[in-house]
Amino acid sequence: MRRQREAIQDHAAEAQLFKRRALVAFSLVVLLFVIILFNMYHLQVRSYHEYQTRSEGNRIKVVPVAPNRGLIYDRNGILLAENTPVHSLEIIPEQVADLTKTLAELAELIEITPEQQQSFLQDVQRQRRFNSIALKEQLTEQEVAILAVNQHRFPGVTLEARLSRTYPFGDLFTHSIGYIGRINSNDLQRLREQELAANYAASRDIGKIGLERYYELLLHGTVGYQEVEVNNRGRVIRTLRSDPAISGKDLILSLDVGLQLTAQQALEGLRGAVVALDPRTGAILAFYSNPGYDPNLFVHGISSANYNALLNSFDRPLINRVTQGIYPPASTIKPHMALIGLDQGIITPSSRIWDPGYYQLPNYSRRFRNWRRHGQGWVNVYGAIIQSNDTYFYDMAVRLGIDTISDSMKQFGFGQRTGIDIHEESAAIMPSRGWKRARFNQPWFPGDTVSLGIGQSYWTTTPLQLATSTAILVNRGDSVVPTLLQGTRFQGEFEAKSYQRQPAVRIQDPHHWQVILDAMEQTVNTREGTAFRAFQGTSYSSGGKTGTAQIVSIAQDAKYDADALQEQHRDNAMYVGYAPAVDPTIVVAIVVENTGGGGSTAAPVARQLFDYYFSAGVNQ
Amino acid sequence: MNDVISESQRPRGLAIFHIDTPLLLGLLALMGFGLVVLYSASGQSQAMMQAQLIRLGLAFAVMVVFAQISPLTYKRWGLPVFLLGLLMLVAVLLFGEIGKGAQRWLNLGFVRFQPSELMKLAVPLAIAWFISNHNLPPKLWRLLLGFVMCVIPTLLIAKQPDLGTALLIATSGIMVLFLAGMSWRLIVFIGALVSAFLPVMWFFVMHDYQKRRVLTFLNPETDPLGAGYHIIQSKIAIGSGGLQGKGWLQGTQSQLEFLPERHTDFIFSVLSEEFGLVGVVLLVSLYLFIVARCMLIATRAQDNFSKLVAGSLTMTFFVYVFVNIGMVSGLLPVVGVPLPLVSFGGTSMVTLLAAFGILMSIATHKRILASS
Repeated sequence: MRRQREAIQDHAAEAQLFKRRALVAFSLVVLLFVIILFNMYHLQVRSYHEYQTRSEGNRIKVVPVAPNRGLIYDRNGILLAENTPVHSLEIIPEQVADLTKTLAELAELIEITPEQQQSFLQDVQRQRRFNSIALKEQLTEQEVAILAVNQHRFPGVTLEARLSRTYPFGDLFTHSIGYIGRINSNDLQRLREQELAANYAASRDIGKIGLERYYELLLHGTVGYQEVEVNNRGRVIRTLRSDPAISGKDLILSLDVGLQLTAQQALEGLRGAVVALDPRTGAILAFYSNPGYDPNLFVHGISSANYNALLNSFDRPLINRVTQGIYPPASTIKPHMALIGLDQGIITPSSRIWDPGYYQLPNYSRRFRNWRRHGQGWVNVYGAIIQSNDTYFYDMAVRLGIDTISDSMKQFGFGQRTGIDIHEESAAIMPSRGWKRARFNQPWFPGDTVSLGIGQSYWTTTPLQLATSTAILVNRGDSVVPTLLQGTRFQGEFEAKSYQRQPAVRIQDPHHWQVILDAMEQTVNTREGTAFRAFQGTSYSSGGKTGTAQIVSIAQDAKYDADALQEQHRDNAMYVGYAPAVDPTIVVAIVVENTGGGGSTAAPVARQLFDYYFSAGVNQ
Repeated sequence: MNDVISESQRPRGLAIFHIDTPLLLGLLALMGFGLVVLYSASGQSQAMMQAQLIRLGLAFAVMVVFAQISPLTYKRWGLPVFLLGLLMLVAVLLFGEIGKGAQRWLNLGFVRFQPSELMKLAVPLAIAWFISNHNLPPKLWRLLLGFVMCVIPTLLIAKQPDLGTALLIATSGIMVLFLAGMSWRLIVFIGALVSAFLPVMWFFVMHDYQKRRVLTFLNPETDPLGAGYHIIQSKIAIGSGGLQGKGWLQGTQSQLEFLPERHTDFIFSVLSEEFGLVGVVLLVSLYLFIVARCMLIATRAQDNFSKLVAGSLTMTFFVYVFVNIGMVSGLLPVVGVPLPLVSFGGTSMVTLLAAFGILMSIATHKRILASS
């Protein structure tokens, strides 16, 4: 009994002990739960904004969206530069179990070069695993079809369609429109300096040359933004908000596809340049340099083999001959020279000189020859222009002197950029005493002035300068800025470009303009005219001036023998012309390299352009 | 004595099936809430929900079966099962299969088995049996022996390595000793000893990945993309939940998978993000209710063995909860402990409900014990 009582007492004491310990333990539980809740309060209430911000930062990414580049049309609305979908084969490495095996299997379906594989594998190393990486771009329609059919076999392999610039007319507009290409580090630097980099956040391409470069700001448009929700691997789950991109403006050019094609056909197999413009406005109607090259090659990055072929070609297709081709103007500037002579009182419309077939400076033995070896006899300004008499202009140039010639010719725009709306333009050279001193550290010799009279010596021009200077003649002193862009269109609204026309050459007797224009019309219309043969039987009237530029000087008394000369040393054929003869609406300048006479080679090109121009009613 | 008998002579409600109704309701409420959270945390996966339901059903059946077994039987089998468990832990270290970088599984031919789960029950049962054979508070040598019984399996499991389970098993053993009335002087002494032992643990016992976890815990922001990523993303999820949460299925951190292990160890972060502080308070209340009910069962138990087992299992359950929540909210280092009855999967679910089965058995077998 005692034992039992003790046991019961012990039992009670043990129960009490356990109760106390259980209470301590439970108090600990409550305390720790309070600590947890306090920590939760700290995280969820007091630090709520901080974590809220970090949570949003985790899931929301802002993705730039590239705008669609503006399209380019000719004056009749024919598309010259468009954005077409191209397909590329892309792979998301993360979703591909065995990359090597997949590559091998894909190579069985379509052709994949080792270079493509190598550059793909390099990209795989560089990029994050969930990024789509291009294996092959510009798939053909057949390749797209093959891959589409087999796509179920290749998880993680996708066909991506992207808008890509294409130039449907290929080489026909290369030198005017130019092309776009991938943005490189230089472009990026320039964009940063102009604070435009943000606008290019999503863009891959930028105008590299031609109008594509000049009007980059108009064509590009404004970048858009998408606020997207991404998961932990950066994959886009959904779009939260978007600020759409604004497409670039469409460009409408004054160029005419038909006239371009006419120029291309006329220069087939030749090296040369054709430019035609409306003298009233400066709107360029044709702008063609032959040979051209396919601008589409450059859009996706040209292969070095193709690029070297272009670079090293004897025909130098990369040169924009219209604005960068540097040619002696030769006889095409005789009308300008005659006008200066009339204005300076050196000659009158009726004054004559005797042409024995050559010109000799007093006290010099060297004879400057007329192209007509036996001379023209008595010749006045009309005859000198119509038959392109050299002796007459040798004489006049010497009497005008280098300073007057240089100053006056600069008013016609020689030696200066025309301001055309592409950046690839050369100013060429209008020589002067100062220029020769700076260039060669030599004084100006009287002999230099003699050849200047027939557009030789150091004088060089671009075909475009010949066209704009001729426009000044037909505009009777007013100059225009040659312009390829006629207007822009944005969301259906056409906005015309304003043309600039301003006085450039002022003369004392405005009648002298008519003298020159009459002489140029007669160059075409009279039997003796150097351009008569080319323009026989036209339904329209026109005026013009031929030129035959010597590339190498021929020794005294030697005869020019084209066959004996290397091709690149043969004469250049030139022609400047306008039509109709009264109130002209088109001026052309033609240069054909190394083919001989301007009347026989260059003038017929002008004839074809005029014929097309009037029959197709280009400028109406 | 009469009170107790008269009370238990009239078993009410589910008590005749040896089910404790308040505890049952608490567990059901917790599991229900857990399933709602899991649906979101699993990315609305039907397959995962199905698997979890099957597992819960199985675990529930185990609980009911365990509730039917008399505490006397547990007392009788405590030591043999403990010894068997020890053998199997040694076997695991020698022949065990490796999963997730740790050696935890024993392949018995017909079933893969985690002996450490068995030990979660066997350790408190065996130590409680050993201590309750004599009067409380136990003598020092008895305490020391009890301590040894706890330390051996703990070290074997820590060696696998499975720090989380080792921690839980150590808790279950030490809790028996604490509740048995181990003197406060001894507690302070052992506390001091453990503190002194910590540097030794660091340099000679802990694995690199365990050290890394501790370092990351101390300063997660130093390695935001590496080891600290989990804690940072978890804290962002919890913090951005705010007072009311982002709404069910609306948690961006969890739905967009910024949160790692969102349906297992980090499910609490999903709950915090989608249900906010309100949801956290609700969950903590449910846990507190269950712990309180179990503690009540422990204090009402008739014999010392039952009291010690019930108290130890309850405290172990709490440590589960505390370590998991503390880990995901940055209070404790990352230790792989699931949120009990809420996290997806694991053998631990069956063990947990088996423990509740033992608690229900203790709650409902009073009469038989008292009369024996």
